[in-house]
This record gives sequence, C-alpha cells and structure tokens, in this order.
Amino acid sequence: MKRYLLPGVLVVLALAYPLLVGDLPVYGRLGALVLLAAIGASAWNIVGGYAGQVSVGHAVFFGFGAYASVVVYTHLGWPPITGAPIGMVLSVALAAAIGVPTLRLSGHYFSMATIAVGELVRVLSSTSDFLGGAQGLGGPAMPRTVFDLSFISATPFYYIFLGVLTFLLGLTWMIERGRMGFYLRAIKDSERAARSLGVSAGRYKLYAYMLSGAFSALAGSLYLCMFGFVDPESGFGILISVKMVVMAALGGAGLLFGPLVGALILVPLEEFSNSLFGGQGAGFTFMIYGAIIVIIARFLPSGLLSLFNRRSTRHVD
Amino acid sequence: MSSTLVQVIVSGLLLGAVYALFSSGLTLIWGMMNVVNFAHGDFVMLGMYSAVMVWTALGGGPFAAVPIAAMMIGTLGVASYFLLVRHIMKGPMLAQILGTFGLALFLRYAAFWYFGANFKTLPDTIVGGSFELMGIRFEGSRVLAGVMGLAVTLALHLILTRTAVGSRMLAVSEDATAAQLMGIRPQRMQALAWCMAGAATGIAGALIANFFYTSPTVGETLAILAFVTVSFGGFGSVLGALVAGLIIGVVESLSAYLVGPVYKDVIVYILFVLVLWFRPQGLMGKA
Repeated sequence: MKRYLLPGVLVVLALAYPLLVGDLPVYGRLGALVLLAAIGASAWNIVGGYAGQVSVGHAVFFGFGAYASVVVYTHLGWPPITGAPIGMVLSVALAAAIGVPTLRLSGHYFSMATIAVGELVRVLSSTSDFLGGAQGLGGPAMPRTVFDLSFISATPFYYIFLGVLTFLLGLTWMIERGRMGFYLRAIKDSERAARSLGVSAGRYKLYAYMLSGAFSALAGSLYLCMFGFVDPESGFGILISVKMVVMAALGGAGLLFGPLVGALILVPLEEFSNSLFGGQGAGFTFMIYGAIIVIIARFLPSGLLSLFNRRSTRHVD
Repeated sequence: MSSTLVQVIVSGLLLGAVYALFSSGLTLIWGMMNVVNFAHGDFVMLGMYSAVMVWTALGGGPFAAVPIAAMMIGTLGVASYFLLVRHIMKGPMLAQILGTFGLALFLRYAAFWYFGANFKTLPDTIVGGSFELMGIRFEGSRVLAGVMGLAVTLALHLILTRTAVGSRMLAVSEDATAAQLMGIRPQRMQALAWCMAGAATGIAGALIANFFYTSPTVGETLAILAFVTVSFGGFGSVLGALVAGLIIGVVESLSAYLVGPVYKDVIVYILFVLVLWFRPQGLMGKA
C-alpha cells in the first residue's frame, strides 16, 4: 500500500491543482505552461534522451504544429486545433526527410545539422507571405464556437495539456518497457555494438525521431491554441529547441519523468523572473536562472532525478 | 568581371576573415576536448562590450580595445574552464550543453543587467572612414577587422601546428593519459586552450564592434554562424575554420547581391547541409 501513497498523492495534486489555486489566475496559467513545456520536452526525450540523438532543432516540429494550426484558421477558417493532426503528419514526413541524411551523423555533428536545419526553416518561414512573414499570424481573436478553444481561464488548457502529457508519458512508458526501448538504449550505449547484435539502428533512430517530431508538433499546436499567435521566433526560434533539451537534461534525459521535473523547475523560475522585476532587473533574475542551470550541470551532470537513481532502477524479472 | 562583383567578393572575404577568427576559438575547444561551447557567442558579445567600454570610458580606439578584450575574454575562458568545463567535460554530452548554455544565459543577462538592452554602436570615425583603391571602396573598420582576423587566425594555426606548445596541446587532445605519462599536464594545456580560444574570441568581438551593433543578445546570431563555420570547416581544424569562414563570407555577400539579402542565410545553411551530407567530418576534419 505504502508504495502507491506518494504517486497517489501526486496524481491527486495534479488533478486538483486548478481548484487549489482557483482564485489566482497567475498560478493557473503557470500550471498550464509547465505542462505544455513538459509535453515538448518529453517529446524531445524520446529521441534525445532514450536514443541519445541530441537534436537541437526540434523547434522545426514545434513550429510546424503551431503554423499548421494557425494556417488552417487563417486560410480555411477552421478551428486551430484541427491543424494539430495536419502538423503532426507533416512533421513525421519532415522528420523522415531530415532524419535520413542527418541521423547518419554522430554526436555533435547531428546536433549541429539539426541546428542548421532549424535555422534554415526559421529564415524561410520569415520570407513566406503564406505564413505571414516576419510578423507571423494570429488565431481567432473572438471565439466562434467552443472548438476554437479560446478560453479566458487557463483551467481548460490545464486539463487538456494534462491529458496529452499523460497520454505521451504512457506511450513513452510502453516504448521504454518494450522491444523498441531496449533497442534505443542499446543504440545510445554503443551504436556499433547494437548493430553487430542485429539491431537496425538506423531504422529505430528514425522511428524515434518521427515519433518525437509528431509530439513536438502537437505541443506547437497546443501552444498556438493557448496563445493564439505565432511568428518565426516563437515558432522556429533556436531558444525553443534549446529549452526542450535543457529541461530534459535538467530533470534527467532518458528518464520517463525527467522532462516533467525539468519543466517544473525551469518554467516557474522563468515566469517569476519575468514578472518579479521589470526592465533591467529582469537581467539579474535571469542571471540566477543561468547560474542554477550551471550549478546543476556541474554537480548533477545526469540531471536531478539521478539523485534517486538507485531507487528508480527497475528490476528486470 | 564587373567592379561591383569584385567589390562584393572583397567585402565577403573581409567579413569571412572575421567569421574565421571568432570561429577558431570554438573549433579549438571542440577539437581539443570534444566540448561544444554554447556560450561562445556570448564570449564574442563580451568582447564587443569590452571595445565599447574602452571607447566610452577611456576614449581608446581598436588598438587599445583589441589587447584589453583579448586579456579579459582570455581570463573569462580560463575561469570557465576551471570552474565549470573541467568538471563537465567527462560527463554526458547533454551535461555539456546544459552547463555551457547555463553559462551563456548567465553572461547574456549579466550584460543585460549591467549595460541595458539598448543597442550600442561605436562611431565610424574611430577607424578612419573609407578609401578607394583600384575602383573598389574599402571601409576602414572592415579592412582592419578582415586583415587582423586573417592574421590572428593564421597565428593561432601556426602556434598549434608549428610550436612545441602546440604539439603538447595536440598530444593532450589525442590521448590525455599518454600525454600525462610524457610529462605534459593535461589540465594546464586545456586551460591554455581556453585562454587562447577566449583571447581570439575577444579580439574578434573587439573588431566586430567597430561595424556591428552591440547588444546583449547579439551572441545568439553569432554563435549559430560560428557553429556552421566550425562544422563546415571540420572540428578541431583552425585552418578549416579559416577556409570555411572565407567561403561563407563570400557566399553570403554574393547571394545577398545576386539573389537578395533575405536569402543570404538560406543559401549558407543549404550549403552547410550539403557539406554535412557529402562530407560529414567537414572540409578539413579528421575522418
């Protein structure tokens, strides 16, 4: 019984969070933002954490999702959320197109190639009139139907994001325990050894990359639904990619809950830095934000969850 | 060839030499200890602010700013090595990204906090205007930056390949344990590499500040350019960074002139992806 006590309390807390902070909209919004960031970082974790292919260009997929959602509204008049499946399908195709050439590269070269592709897409998007150029595009200003998901309160978003994150973590958990999880970990440890044991490393890396891309795109679509606006910087900017990496690495890359832990720390830190001080004072709090990241990298290079690593090691029976 | 085209190529080469210089620090670190410094762009940014400070506080021009920036950013490099990099370099690659990105944020917002978000520019008049030679117009600040960029990059290359210290550093990068058995102190060599990389980066920043706006976030743009140059040239190769920098400078100028300024980055990135596809180790990298 005792085993289920802590997880049970956490689940109840997660479900009841909007009710607990009901009259404080700032905290309601914060909860939704944490979950959204956790979705993006968990999506990255599939290829970056489990398969060890450190992509620093996942903003490409995030931006595809966000733009797909806004484009179906601007050009077709559909509710933005209907762009989510389109963005996901496009991202899978794009992941295949990027992944086939770049996944052959190892280590830093793969990271650099993904950065270059990300920047290429960002620059191209700012020259495209269809995508609104450098100004970007906005979603529905006034809600037409409930499907536009233009809620004033953050609570509906909170539960939508919670649902998506639960689904994504469930899927990741199944992958982790299944054949593919073993293959990915083998590839991460030593690709050559994995190949010699008959793992088609190229194919599984690509599967992980495509899956990861699809869910990053979903995160982008959800972002658009909540914020109602995207431009090249907020969709394809390198900071989006880097934040996914940093959140996952901070919590513990390649661990199921690593990205969520990272988001739980970084997002509130960032939000408070933004709101606590205006103007130049914000510089000081972001310095602390940077310093905290440095200290964690210095003393816990495998992420915060590595503190509990011995407890979380699963016994294979 | 029309003189406009020559003009475009020459200005591309001058710009490329500066790209080469600020990328050579990154490639040195990357090649020597397999660490990608995500704070590299912010090192350049601080080099630029050093030049601005030297001008506003002391009234000194680039000849005062260059050595001061070299010393300051060189010291910053050594400090980063001893306080952070030394501890994370043996960890997973993600810890290196995390650590150096944290450092980047720290430096960027330290500059933001101290200097404010406003763009700062140095007056053109510090490096005497422009002159014409054989029908080609040269801007003094860019010529100075290009020539010094070329000279410092070549000097760095010669130090690494032609001197005893360079051989020791190479030995450490090949096999730190074996080097240690030969009486070389790996940490001292690595700290020296960070010092040299920092100094080169600081010089590059001080030179760029003469014709580019200085702001706390300028490092992000420059860092991406440096990543591309280094991967293009082959990691660890200063000569590769030089060649790649010159190529990128010329390609940028030419495509801005022939296709349109918006597309110059697009063409550089496409070129980069093509190089990675056909020659993943870069132009001069070891296979």
